[in-house]
Amino acid sequence: MSLSYPVASDHQLARLLQIGMVLEEVVEARAHKHYESLDEGERDAELEALLEGAAEESAGHRAELESLVDELEGDPVAYEEIEELVAARYEADTDTDGVLYDQLASEETAYKFYDDLVTAIEGSDVRFSVDRDRLLETLVAIREDEAEGVEEVTRLMEARE
Amino acid sequence: MNTQNQYLKAIYLVQEQEDGPASTGKVADALDVSPASANEMIGKLEAAGLADHEKYKGVDLTDEGIKRARDALQTYCIIERFLVEVLEVEEFRAEARQLESVIDETVGDRLDTIIDRDPSCPDCFDADLDVCCHLVSDLDIDVEVESEAAD
Repeated sequence: MSLSYPVASDHQLARLLQIGMVLEEVVEARAHKHYESLDEGERDAELEALLEGAAEESAGHRAELESLVDELEGDPVAYEEIEELVAARYEADTDTDGVLYDQLASEETAYKFYDDLVTAIEGSDVRFSVDRDRLLETLVAIREDEAEGVEEVTRLMEARE
Repeated sequence: MNTQNQYLKAIYLVQEQEDGPASTGKVADALDVSPASANEMIGKLEAAGLADHEKYKGVDLTDEGIKRARDALQTYCIIERFLVEVLEVEEFRAEARQLESVIDETVGDRLDTIIDRDPSCPDCFDADLDVCCHLVSDLDIDVEVESEAAD
């Protein structure tokens, strides 16, 4: 155990970006599972659009992170592998409230992760093999998407109250 | 996990090992920081009602401090197990130590949805080996006591 700096090398940065990929894959896989598990009466176009949009956005973020991980010579994390892990431990929420709450937790968690990561990188003077500006631009844009995702789910939850 | 939580976790584990108050020196050693830094943070923990410090005796966590420390330890267990089960990292203890300051409880909870963790966590954590004892038996690995800080 130590209080060593968390982003002190390409290797550590690649590891954190891999974790970002996994978080995105969890969002994507859970969004698909949520929709499958909902009772017929609980399904509607608005909810379907939200879950589809979340899954698509996560897939896009994953691709951007994968490109950075590649440049850092790290290994990408296969979506199929995470999808299997999510499915193995998934406990179905058969009502809309449970699904929306989980979706909110996913978006909030992703936001917190990218926020901490951006802060850590901004506070680091380490020279990475990826371009620092591109790295930060990518992560800040993803963080912004997550913030918007939180707002979108919150709006839908409020509208259904 | 923020620095305060890392201290709480370290104090908790030293107290477990010592079965009593944790000396500032041992807390400083555990975190690879100077005794002066450890003293300063212990003062802050005391002011926040998370620890009681008695000169020449050591530091004891309060009930709230223990709760926070156990949450931090559980997040650490999740990080270790995630690194092993999902990313197949061999040097998972060293990497978990590097990651714990940037992976907080919220993120840990999400990673927890794809790993197979024992319900007894974090009581299963072996402070000497810096690893969950179930993880050792699951993997059938031979872990040695590590004293060096992460790269």
